[in-house]
Amino acid sequence: MKEYQTITEISGPLVFAEVDEPIGYDEIVEIETPQGETKRGQVLESSEGLVAIQVFEGTTGIDRNASVRFLGETLKMPVTEDLLGRVLDGSGQPIDGGPEIVPDERRDIVGAAINPYSREYPEEFIQTGVSAIDGMNTLVRGQKLPIFSASGLPHNNLALQIARQATVPEDEDSGEESEFAVVFGAMGITQEEANEFMEDFERTGALERSVVFTNLADDPAVERTVTPRLALTTAEYLAFDKDYHVLVILTDMTNYCEALREIGAAREEVPGRRGYPGYMYTDLAQLYERAGRIQGRDGSVTQIPILTMPGDDDTHPIPDLTGYITEGQIYIDRDLNSQGIRPPINPLPSLSRLMDDGIGEGLTREDHADVSDQMYAAYAEGEDLRDLVNIVGREALSERDNKYLDFAERFEAEFVNQGFDTDRSIEDTLDIGWDLLSMLPKSELNRIDEELIEDYYHEDAESVEAEA
Amino acid sequence: MSQATQDSVREDGVIASVSGPVVTARGLDARMNDVVYVGDEGLMGEVIEIEGDLTTIQVYEETSGVGPGEPVESTGEPLTVDLGPGMMDAIYDGVQRPLDVLEEKMNSAFLDRGVDAPGIDLEKKWEFEPTVSEGDEVASGDVVGTVPETVTIEHKVMVPPDFEGGEVVAVEEGEFSVTETVVELDNGEEITMHQEWPVRQARPAAEKKTPREPLVSGQRILDGLFPIAKGGTAAIPGPFGSGKTVTQHQLAKWADADIVVYVGCGERGNEMTEVIEDFPELDDPKTGNPLMARTCLIANTSNMPVAARESCIYTGITIAEYYRDMGYDVALMADSTSRWAEAMREISSRLEEMPGEEGYPAYLAARLSEFYERAGYFTTVNGEEGSVSVIGAVSPPGGDFSEPVTQNTLRIVKTFWALDADLAERRHFPAINWNESYSLYQEQLDPWFVENVEDDWAEERQWAVDVLDEENELQEIVQLVGKDALPEDQQLTLEIARYLREAYLQQNAFHPTDTYCSPEKTYGILTAIHAFNDEAFKALEAGVPVEEIQAIEAAPRLNRIGVQEDWEAYIEDLKAEITEQLRELY
Repeated sequence: MKEYQTITEISGPLVFAEVDEPIGYDEIVEIETPQGETKRGQVLESSEGLVAIQVFEGTTGIDRNASVRFLGETLKMPVTEDLLGRVLDGSGQPIDGGPEIVPDERRDIVGAAINPYSREYPEEFIQTGVSAIDGMNTLVRGQKLPIFSASGLPHNNLALQIARQATVPEDEDSGEESEFAVVFGAMGITQEEANEFMEDFERTGALERSVVFTNLADDPAVERTVTPRLALTTAEYLAFDKDYHVLVILTDMTNYCEALREIGAAREEVPGRRGYPGYMYTDLAQLYERAGRIQGRDGSVTQIPILTMPGDDDTHPIPDLTGYITEGQIYIDRDLNSQGIRPPINPLPSLSRLMDDGIGEGLTREDHADVSDQMYAAYAEGEDLRDLVNIVGREALSERDNKYLDFAERFEAEFVNQGFDTDRSIEDTLDIGWDLLSMLPKSELNRIDEELIEDYYHEDAESVEAEA
Repeated sequence: MSQATQDSVREDGVIASVSGPVVTARGLDARMNDVVYVGDEGLMGEVIEIEGDLTTIQVYEETSGVGPGEPVESTGEPLTVDLGPGMMDAIYDGVQRPLDVLEEKMNSAFLDRGVDAPGIDLEKKWEFEPTVSEGDEVASGDVVGTVPETVTIEHKVMVPPDFEGGEVVAVEEGEFSVTETVVELDNGEEITMHQEWPVRQARPAAEKKTPREPLVSGQRILDGLFPIAKGGTAAIPGPFGSGKTVTQHQLAKWADADIVVYVGCGERGNEMTEVIEDFPELDDPKTGNPLMARTCLIANTSNMPVAARESCIYTGITIAEYYRDMGYDVALMADSTSRWAEAMREISSRLEEMPGEEGYPAYLAARLSEFYERAGYFTTVNGEEGSVSVIGAVSPPGGDFSEPVTQNTLRIVKTFWALDADLAERRHFPAINWNESYSLYQEQLDPWFVENVEDDWAEERQWAVDVLDEENELQEIVQLVGKDALPEDQQLTLEIARYLREAYLQQNAFHPTDTYCSPEKTYGILTAIHAFNDEAFKALEAGVPVEEIQAIEAAPRLNRIGVQEDWEAYIEDLKAEITEQLRELY
């Protein structure tokens, strides 16, 4: 391995060095500062005689006399089943004081794309125990369903609730032990947030089936571009080699994208929208598309990335590009949150694209699709009417309109608002749905099959109200 | 990718620099757009710029670990596709490598690098039946024989467009592979079942004609209000979650085209899997055969290399044109053209080209119009009539239609189906906004609907449009003063418009019956609502309060017509009941 002391330029996170041998694109580099500190980096551009290196740990302390070593391989993640229960830093080094990790294998962190022909279509219902998700935006194994949130909202509590409660009801029935694992990738979150997650993992015993990667807010920003890839490489190994059903939680994708922008700016690239690089769609897709199922393998990778929308704006490039890649999204709503609704999920803009194939007879319940559809329509109508009530008052509205207003209120108070510690079965969720729908006259339920109305509709809605 | 035939030995070069999918090479003797093999692993790429001794290449595969000094080899041929029997029921990546063959060759569920495979099986034997005999004169484009490609599609073997043609001197019959000669001409030209064609060049046709036949989609709002012609172009722009993909899937499933080419350009892997799993099980409404038997899928998911995303659109349209030449009506769905434009932008920015609007290259508009112009209703070289209809999804950032891809697309296409996030939120599907959408084909297609469905097709449609327009205006007032402040006749109009929205415009893609609606049924539903309208206004005039009219029991049954298998009887029955119940009121 040849050592160079040929650094010609240092700019932000980038180091340029002259070389006299060909260096591969994406290769790993070690830079030793004169103080004896070793920093790692990656080749961003390689041409004859000159390479551009992106340094993960920041360029502080590097000068023109620092020595550069090219390791001749791309970045790899040592993977083994023993990673479960371990806590690693953002570049994959253990920080929990545990034993050294003896890898089974070292995997390239830039995962290859899954051949669409080899994929298996996700249609196994995951019960999260959260009505607004299970009932209205069902999650299935192998899906990527991000949480669109914003600063000051309890998205972490929701992510933890899902991680804690997620089960696949089928497996319980057949008594089959489903091997479930959580891979947690934190990018640029605060120490406090990280503690919150760790405490919850420890309290519920989830840590022993989790692998935790933490890049904290004060860790180098460039390292954040590697953290999710390490996490996903580990997840793929556990899922497709060791048959685990892996839930990957990535937080906060906004910090990841900021790091991408930082590197792009340092390289003087032509910026795209709001200064983010033009290839951000491709880059994000390379992360999100690593969710899925593969034919003939038992495991699965399900992703729940969390992102905070700057200025609550979902047209910002980060949520926008994410929404175009992921299979739906769950919106956390500021208004609902201030009304004390927990979890404050707003079902209207939320969506799960894989829902239709994961629900129904044999999977959840025969009435699931219709109930969800009808509740969407009814809640949307109620929401519309609220604007009107502000102007003309409730008395000016017809009886029908007033029913919809009541529906919207009870929908939020009873269906969505369940608290972060309540675990509802899908039957409970749908039964609550019918309690609410029975407030409306039968003729309004135009999205539900007539037979299902016969079976489930409560004729006497008054008594239900009294019960509630 | 085509098995490029290396006719002349060209000089090979070495890599000078690597930056993501863009590689430069020195000392390479290649022409613009030639396909080259890059590095020790032989990754496929295409020449996109030549400057002095330096050649810039976009590479269709991951370039991790590739470094300067590695060899670059030119094939001396532009990017071509293999054309021949075996393309139906196939699933390709962006450069026409069959994904099932790749899985087998790589022995992995993940896509490896440096593996190539021909677009059609070169070994497989096909039953060739000639339609010419010795002594016949054939010209380029003429059909010389047929092959039963799938249960639905009879593949026509044609004289390649770049052949001169002449007198047939030898004809074979029986089982042959695509590389074996089946017809020989007197000028020495040997015709096989296999052709190659450069993807960036349109295949020749005799004449482009005005399309006069609709591409019936089985979707009420499309056929009824905003129809597209066979050979027409349409754009479906919409923010995420508004149902672009479901609409594209519905068209791929139910459109009455002979052939469907579905290009998944930079979209989700699971969505493509859904198509791969669903289509073989679904029946073609026209023939009853499996849908896959008339479908060719091109899947270049968002995490597959960006350069191959740029080329997948061209691969798709070239395959479509080939079947058009046989005289088939082909529908091409591109989901999504925005990803294609973004791939252009990404490569352009790596080339450090001067950016145009929003960082897109200045040639964006030219590329888009070039692509859409390849659609049309044609008289083919051999005198048949065939068409290519192109339906492109557009994914505008933030749902803002003023961005360059949407705007440049709208300048070319003649049908515009605007998807609306608001409608999607209230689960009004298909979430096509009837106020913003348009179709410029309406008038030229009306004669077909009049002839094939009903005489007053256009009048009924106009009635529906008028009611919806009026609703749109009234809604603005309702937002201010509430519905009850409106005069009774306007309240009734709102009620009629509600039924138009719920019973006519909405359609459940996941309901086994409602998913496909024939033009007759589309018309039937509309007339049922119209009948209710007429009776209701009569009742109103006779002094019946609007609340009582709204409360009649039969009216909500209008919303159920869509899911009725025996809709004709249902509508007759319903009309009678509505009339009866309304007349009882006065």
